[in-house]
Amino acid sequence: MPQIFHPRVNGLTRILLAGGALAIVAFACVAWFLNRSPYSTGQGAVPEQPVPFSHQHHVGGLGIDCRYCHTGVDRSRFAGLPDTHTCMSCHSQLWTEAQMLAPVRESLKEDRPLRWMRVHRLPDFVYFDHRAHVTRGIGCESCHGRVDRMPLMSQAAPMTMQWCLDCHRNPQKALRAPDRITAMGAPAASDPNALLRRYRIHTDRMTECVTCHR
Amino acid sequence: MKTFRLHLSGLKRSTRSEPKGLNLVPLWVVLAGFLLAACGNDMRDQPRYDPLAPAPGWPNDQSARVPVEGTVARDESLQPVPDTLPEPLTRELLERGGQRYEIFCSPCHGDSGRGDGMVVQRGFPAPPSLHGAHLREIPLRHFYDVIENGFGRMYAYGARVPARDRWAIAAYIRALQLSQYAKLDDLAPRQRKQLQRESREDTP
Repeated sequence: MPQIFHPRVNGLTRILLAGGALAIVAFACVAWFLNRSPYSTGQGAVPEQPVPFSHQHHVGGLGIDCRYCHTGVDRSRFAGLPDTHTCMSCHSQLWTEAQMLAPVRESLKEDRPLRWMRVHRLPDFVYFDHRAHVTRGIGCESCHGRVDRMPLMSQAAPMTMQWCLDCHRNPQKALRAPDRITAMGAPAASDPNALLRRYRIHTDRMTECVTCHR
Repeated sequence: MKTFRLHLSGLKRSTRSEPKGLNLVPLWVVLAGFLLAACGNDMRDQPRYDPLAPAPGWPNDQSARVPVEGTVARDESLQPVPDTLPEPLTRELLERGGQRYEIFCSPCHGDSGRGDGMVVQRGFPAPPSLHGAHLREIPLRHFYDVIENGFGRMYAYGARVPARDRWAIAAYIRALQLSQYAKLDDLAPRQRKQLQRESREDTP
């Protein structure tokens, strides 16, 4: 039986095999990084809003508490978005002619809500409860970043499962005293383990599947 | 067992009908299955409405509906609003009131209640001081009603501040008023001594 392949094909086969293995590894690496990159997670994204609302001005400049607008944050799953009525509590008297606020005035006049764009979004298979976090020592800043420095709201955290678990495995770092929940730039608690006991947080249950997927 | 044999015979038949090469169709099906497995975000975007999610076709394209006029929440009291604090005055209630006062009232009324909050400093017409003679005499219920329904230029806060918090804030305002007219004799002996010591230290 005659030889089908030339002896040179041996080398070529080796190169192809090695190259193929390398390509698989390279593909896996690219996929791994791409999946965690801001391109995939949306970290740093600034969705366009109907009104360019500045948290920097309202939180950093005026010192208005987060809960003035996000009233549901300590009593429901959803932090709540302010209705037009809330905006107009002040803007019925301030900046009443500002072009920037025209959509707000129109919304009040026509009784039609503003369509704010969601910035921090979790997949539907995640069960998340603001109240559970806010009333147990997790400050707004831990997930939403320094909103007092954001002229336009951007997604502060990657919002990946890995990121959730980083804190669920080790919540001590993020805990604060109850009166510092909405504070911005609060220093780390001096005795996090005391806070852990105070809030009665059971770290052994915080990485169970059912904690977030139910 | 029967089905297994049938399956095998089918396989044999198919290889017989294509004797020249391997039948690659199952391989492609499996590969396509792998490729398609990553498609679609059915679990990520489930067919349900998140709070305040848009709902095209409904009024204002909004999934959240305004309750019918006169709707009573399940946990809402059906009793008429009492004229004074409906629960015992406790330290917790006052602290709750203080916290809620700082969130909702202090932007205009100021931390001290003198109507010099940050929003007033930026041009909002100043509200009357909470320490005027008229407001010091007024029943607690007045503050409850003003929070719920608004007053003058002040918008209604009833939707943002639940009934219990309204009473807590009203109680805190009363405490704030008392604090501005406190006499040295009102303090406990220990606090009085501390205050006198501090004021001595302050004066050079």
